[in-house]
Amino acid sequence: MAPPQAQRAGANKKAQLGLFAGYVFASAGALIGALLLIISLWRPETFNGLRSMASDAAAPVGEAGASGRTGSRSFFEAIAGYYDAGSKNAALEEEIAVARVRLAEAQALEQENARLKALLGIIESEIEPVATGRLIGSSSASTRRFGYLGAGRNDGVRVGMPVTSPMGLVGRVLETGATTSRILLLTDPESIVPVRRATDDVVAFAEGRADGSLRIRLINLGINPLEEGDIFVTSGAGGLFRPGIAVAVVSELTEDGAIGRLLSNPAATDFVLVEPIFQAEAIEAANAPLLSETPAEEDAEAEEES
Amino acid sequence: MEKLDPKARRDPFGKKINRDHSPVLAYGVPWFTILLGSLAPMLPIIAAGPILPPLGYLFLLAWRIYRPGLLPMWAGLPLGLFDDLYSGQPLGSAILLFSLTMIALDLIELRFPWRGFWQDWGIAALFLTIYVGFTALFSGANITVIQLTLILPQLGLSVLLFPLVAQLVAQLDRLRLTRIPLSLIPWSNR
Repeated sequence: MAPPQAQRAGANKKAQLGLFAGYVFASAGALIGALLLIISLWRPETFNGLRSMASDAAAPVGEAGASGRTGSRSFFEAIAGYYDAGSKNAALEEEIAVARVRLAEAQALEQENARLKALLGIIESEIEPVATGRLIGSSSASTRRFGYLGAGRNDGVRVGMPVTSPMGLVGRVLETGATTSRILLLTDPESIVPVRRATDDVVAFAEGRADGSLRIRLINLGINPLEEGDIFVTSGAGGLFRPGIAVAVVSELTEDGAIGRLLSNPAATDFVLVEPIFQAEAIEAANAPLLSETPAEEDAEAEEES
Repeated sequence: MEKLDPKARRDPFGKKINRDHSPVLAYGVPWFTILLGSLAPMLPIIAAGPILPPLGYLFLLAWRIYRPGLLPMWAGLPLGLFDDLYSGQPLGSAILLFSLTMIALDLIELRFPWRGFWQDWGIAALFLTIYVGFTALFSGANITVIQLTLILPQLGLSVLLFPLVAQLVAQLDRLRLTRIPLSLIPWSNR
């Protein structure tokens, strides 16, 4: 098939100019794009406001969809679910998974208790969640792993706060809009969480691999003490995440650690909790950039709060 | 007249008497579908990896390949900006790639004016490969070998989805040129 209309200008001077102008405008667009890209790679927080305004505007669409997602797992698992034995099986499996995580968390808590008792006089209070909300979307077409949460600044959500589900840690708040916020999911390649094995004190870092799994890198290198099925919980180091939140279960051993499967699959969660920063004062005192993307707003906001 | 030929006063776009194409539909449908495709991250799919095809870009490709001249050359800037706001990519990545796509497709059209289904699909597959590769590169994450294999399922899905999107665009093209009553077109001077 030939193109439906003659695109070329021929000897028509006006059409030639129009064609030329088209190329000029398109090149200008590409140039603007390149400049914006350089700016946003250099200073990722520059356009946060614009983005959160946009996701605020589209939030109702996401909210409507998110309520329909409840119970389904990820994209392919949801489709596969129709061919599976049935929803009952899935429900039971989920229950067992929750129970397993709870058990591991309980063990971690037990150990935490023992340690705190040893320190004497340190009493940890119950943590009140700042806000609850639904995950209304994710950057499912991008290599980065961001989630969009249906709670924002108006609900008290601030940059850096951990986001958890009943199954474990989901991620942390990267930027906040009025009614939505963007979450850096644990599987994002820029996300690093200090973790320890639930049963003892093997400490490691859990880094995202962007494909739904985590790379667990041991801090003390030597003989790899890990085994398949080991559960890792947050260690509380760094002051951002409170200790004892379930993060990952080891599925494959590597030379310097393991590959872990995420315990709280964000696709399977209904509501997520936004928790306060574990040791906000410590982080403020350290005054070190929290995130790999060094948000300048964060310090300003932290000052507003205090 | 109707007794002789019931289709005498009709064409594939509807009745002809006292009806005309709506400029809003004729020019708005392509823009609207591309913007809708860009809103895909707001779908209730929380994916563990990048699996969803870049729907906004797929629609842009399909409209540009099957209806050249309908989208102006500068369309890459506004459409890319909207895509960037939701895709999670750093702002500017889609603006750059959409704009370059518009230029490149124009040049390809100049070189190969006669085309067929396989050629269109081949061009789309080539462009999708470049697009997905560059979005991974621009994403701001450290690129490793793992990540390069990570985008393969997304790439395969996008290439396989293109003929479907093209079909959808063909159907939408009919909708685009549907005749509506003149009374609904206020600025019509007839």
